[in-house]
Amino acid sequence: MPIAQIMLFGFAITNEINNVDIAILDHSKDTTTEEIINKISASKYFTINQMIASEADIEPAFKKGKIKAVLNFEKDFSRNLIRDRKATIQIITDATAPNTANSVTNYINAILQNYQQSKNEGVQIDYQIISQIRMIYNPELKSVFMFVPGVMTIILMLVSAMMTSISITREKELGTMEILLVSPLKPSQVIIGKVVPYIFLSIINAAVIVLLSIFIFKMPVQGSLFLLGAESVLFIITSLALGILISTIAETQQAAMMISLMGLMLPVILLSGFIFPISSMPVPLQLISHIIPAKWFIIIIKGIMLKGVGMAYIWKETLILIGMTIFFIGLSVKKYKIRLE
Amino acid sequence: MKEENVIEAEELTKAFGDFKAVNAISFEVKKGEIFGFLGANGAGKTTAIKMLIGISKPSSGQATVAGFDVYTQRESIKKNIGYMSQKFALYDDLTVKENITFFGGIYGLSRAKIKEKREQLISELGLEDISNKLVGSLPLGWKQKLSFSVSLLHDPKIVFLDEPTGGVDPITRRQFWEMIYKAADRGTTIFVTTHYMDEAEYCDRVSIMVEGKIEALDTPKKLKEQFKVDSMNDVFLKLARE
Repeated sequence: MPIAQIMLFGFAITNEINNVDIAILDHSKDTTTEEIINKISASKYFTINQMIASEADIEPAFKKGKIKAVLNFEKDFSRNLIRDRKATIQIITDATAPNTANSVTNYINAILQNYQQSKNEGVQIDYQIISQIRMIYNPELKSVFMFVPGVMTIILMLVSAMMTSISITREKELGTMEILLVSPLKPSQVIIGKVVPYIFLSIINAAVIVLLSIFIFKMPVQGSLFLLGAESVLFIITSLALGILISTIAETQQAAMMISLMGLMLPVILLSGFIFPISSMPVPLQLISHIIPAKWFIIIIKGIMLKGVGMAYIWKETLILIGMTIFFIGLSVKKYKIRLE
Repeated sequence: MKEENVIEAEELTKAFGDFKAVNAISFEVKKGEIFGFLGANGAGKTTAIKMLIGISKPSSGQATVAGFDVYTQRESIKKNIGYMSQKFALYDDLTVKENITFFGGIYGLSRAKIKEKREQLISELGLEDISNKLVGSLPLGWKQKLSFSVSLLHDPKIVFLDEPTGGVDPITRRQFWEMIYKAADRGTTIFVTTHYMDEAEYCDRVSIMVEGKIEALDTPKKLKEQFKVDSMNDVFLKLARE
C-alpha cells in the first residue's frame, strides 16, 4: 500500500507537462515556421496531434477534447520576420484546466525564446517573435472552473458509491440483510430499495452544485442543461453500481468505507485529470486512468459546461460510462449468485 | 390419518470445498411439531437451516419445505416460513411499532392487517408503554421476544429459530418457550436450534448433529432410554464423546 501510494503521488502529482497534444494552424508554411514546428515537436513536452487548415476548424478541434493548445502562425511569417524583424504567433490554449493552460503557454514561449536567441546570434537588429496568448473557455483563468466539475464528480461518487456500499454492508453486519433475503422480497428488490434514496439524494446534490456554481461562482453552462442533467444521472447510476459491487465484496461497514476511500477517492482526485493533467503522467498511470469512471465524467461535464459541446462530441465518453455501469451491475449479480451457492 | 410432513430432507449436503459442513442429513418434521435441532457450535446447524430457508444452495441431496423444493421453489418457500436468526436482527434505530410495520410491509400484509397485528402483538407482549421507543434501547430478552413475534407476523406454516435464546436469562427463556408452545398450539411448526440441553426436553422430537451428521433423532424420552441416561445433557455428552 505505501509503495502504491508513493508511486501514485510521485508520478501523478506533478504540475509539469509532458506529451501535451497540440495542433498547428500554419498560414505561411515557410522555412521559419517549419523550423519552429520541428523544434516544438522535438521537445518531450508536446506532441503535434494534427494540422489544422483554417480558423474555422480550431473550435471543433478543441471540442473533441484531445488537444490542449493550437499554435496559429500568421501569414507570411518568414517574410514578416525578415522584412519587419518581427512576426506574430498566436497561442490559443484550452483554459478549462487553468494550470495546464498556463504551463503550456510558458513552455511554448520558452521554446520560441530559445529559437529567437539562436536566430539572433551575430545579427545586428534583433528578430522578434511576438506571441499573442488567448485562453479560450476560461479567459480569466478562474480555478473554480476546474474545481466545480471535479468537486461535483467527487461528491456524486462519494454519496452514491460510498453511502450505498456502507448502507448495504450495514444491513449485512446487523443481520437484517439475512432477514430481508428470507422474506418474499427478491434480492433485486432489496437492492433497489436501498439504492433509490441515494439516487434522489445525489440528483439533489448535483442540482445544488450546478446552481451554486452558476449563481455564486458565475460559472457558465454553455451547453444544454438537460444534457448535463442526463449525464449526471448516468454518472450517479454508474457510481451506485460501483457501490453495490463494493458491498458484495465487503463484509463490514469499515471494509466498505476503506475500499471506497482508497479505491475511489484517491484515484478520482489523482487520476481523473481533475487536478493533474493525465497526459503528463507515465503511460501505466494513463492506462489506469481509463478505467476510472470519474475521468470520463469530468471530460463530459467540462465539455458541456465550458465548451458547450453536444452529444456529437461526447457520445464516446457516454458510451464508456454506460458500458462500465452494465459491467459493474453484471459483476455484482454474478458475485451475489456465488455467495448464494 | 396420515400425519403431514412439512419438512422432508434426504441426504441433504452442503460442502465448502472438501469440507462437508452438512453431511447427508435425512429427517422429516411433522406439521405442528416442535422439532429441536441440536448440536455443538460449528456442528452445521446454521448451514442446514440456511439451506432449508432458501438462502444457501445445497451441494447435493433433496429437501422440501412446506411442500416446495429447496432448489427450484425458493420464492414459494419464503412466503410460507418465518425466520429468526442467531443475531438479533430488527432495526435498532426504528421503534417497536415501526419495526412491526416495516416487516409486515415486507411480507406483503395489508395496512389494516398490519395495524391489527401490531396492536395484538404489542398487547400480548405487554409492550404498550414502550411501543414508541427505539428497539435498540430494549433489554435483550424483550428484543428476542419481539423478534420472534415479528417472525410470526405473516402466520407462516413453519418458523425457523436459530438459537433464539442465546444469552438470555432463565426467566425470559421460560417465557420464550411459552410463546413457542402457544405458536405450536396454533398449528405452526417450530424448527428450533439450541445448545441448551434443558430446552431440548421441551421439544416433541430432537435431532442431534455432530460434525455435520445427524447422530440421533427421536423424542427426548426415547433418546434417554436408548442411551440409558437421565437427561438430554447426558445424551448429548455421550454422543459428542463417541
